[in-house]
Amino acid sequence: MSEFYAFAVEHLPYILEGLPITLGLWVLAMTIGAAFGLVLAWARLYGNTLVYGAATVYVELFRGTPMLVQMLFIYLGLPEVGIVFDPFTAAVIAIGLNTSAYQAEYFRGAIRSIPRGQMQAARAMGMTPLQGLRWIVLPQALRRVIPQWSNEAILELKYTSIAYAIGVSEITARAEKVGYETFMFFEVFLLLALVYIVLTGTVAQVLLYLEKRTAVPGL
Amino acid sequence: MLLKVENIHKRYDETEVLKGVSLEMETGQSKVIMGPSGTGKSTLLRCINYLTPPDEGRVLVEGTEITSRNLNRMREKLAFVFQDFNLFTHLRAVDNVAIGPRKIRGMSRRAAHELAMRELERVGLSERSHAYPAELSGGQQQRVSIARALAMEPKIILFDEPTSALDPELTGEVIAVMKQLASEGMTMLLVSHEVGFARQAADEIIFMDGGHILEQGPPAQLFDAPQHERTRQFLSRIGQGGEAA
Ligand SMILES: Nc1ncnc2c1ncn2[C@@H]1O[C@H](COP(=O)(O)OP(=O)(O)OP(=O)(O)O)[C@@H](O)[C@H]1O
Ligand SMILES: [Mg+2]
Repeated sequence: MSEFYAFAVEHLPYILEGLPITLGLWVLAMTIGAAFGLVLAWARLYGNTLVYGAATVYVELFRGTPMLVQMLFIYLGLPEVGIVFDPFTAAVIAIGLNTSAYQAEYFRGAIRSIPRGQMQAARAMGMTPLQGLRWIVLPQALRRVIPQWSNEAILELKYTSIAYAIGVSEITARAEKVGYETFMFFEVFLLLALVYIVLTGTVAQVLLYLEKRTAVPGL
Repeated sequence: MLLKVENIHKRYDETEVLKGVSLEMETGQSKVIMGPSGTGKSTLLRCINYLTPPDEGRVLVEGTEITSRNLNRMREKLAFVFQDFNLFTHLRAVDNVAIGPRKIRGMSRRAAHELAMRELERVGLSERSHAYPAELSGGQQQRVSIARALAMEPKIILFDEPTSALDPELTGEVIAVMKQLASEGMTMLLVSHEVGFARQAADEIIFMDGGHILEQGPPAQLFDAPQHERTRQFLSRIGQGGEAA
């Protein structure tokens, strides 16, 4: 145990230097995912046949293929048609687009779960459909979606680790490097797992707090 | 003429639910629509503020016809009170009332809040202003929804069976508020089977049957000397001795 402690003290700082990258990937990807997810949800709920169809194909495509394949395609495949990203950007895009497909479905489900009478009352008083969505339906739907969104956020936090496959120097890549330098793979990946557990645990607590803070009786 | 409803037709698939309904309201009048279930009463109210656009016919408020283009502005003049309240679940009572003035009428947060508090006071709920809808009784929720309608300072309020989702012991408080509004000169068009309210506060009763207005007139005439057999049958079913007259 004390050997593990000594190992951690020695190598943790190096691994944690990748933390800003891991968290940066995560925050940017979740933000893109939420914004684009809302647009997709809107398209799937209210779009005409063409818009609905395009959004549906997108959602099924990204949910039906591995994120690693998507990331490799964006980083290694797209340059062949002249679209080149650095590894970090490619990873943000891949994770962001992937999570947007999942978030879209959560948003869509939450919006649909709001009783029709809410939008009707909003329209009856003279709100436009967009105002009704903005002021009445979304505030309720977003509260309802927090538990699912939290799961998704935690899943994506773990998924940032696959950016290591395209050479992003986030915490998993750095841990692996320590492993090859020390040949103490058991210790280093155990240590890495502990880092992830602290991260996901913290995020879960923060989001739970948010859920409690925004809770409204009857919603 | 404040409200003019001309020859409204509405069909759902094969069945024609409204077969040419016309009515008029002067400022300050209260009219109560009655009639058997499935007759098109709710559909008529919903056509009047275009929640359900009519297939044919026109609705004019202060001489201006409602169209798809002026719809949102016209709806500010035609408040709607729903049978099941439809209060905004995520907003406290006062914010339910204030949101229309703020977001639609463009009032400042403070002015909207003050207006909302005044309207809540009017329906006797100022001390519950911070409660969420789920924390209020049905009668209280309906009173908040009336305050929400009032805060838009509408020309007319349309009520669709405002008391029929309530437990019998809770209808009184809502009816009291509606009577008070009628006496203050609010123009009100209601679908309601509350005979007590209708006799006391309505200027006219409109009896609908099968997508038509069958007869209309002052409460005394319609309740005590109905012209049509269908009206008599209906009145006796809701406990009003139509035949006796
Ligand atoms: N959205 C709809 N789609 C299809 N049919 C409808 C729709 N809304 C109403 N109807 C039908 O239209 C007819 C009139 O309905 P409406 O709700 O206007 O009656 P009502 O007089 O308000 O009845 P109640 O007293 O039960 O409220 C009914 O036969 C109903 O089934
Ligand atoms: Mg009805």
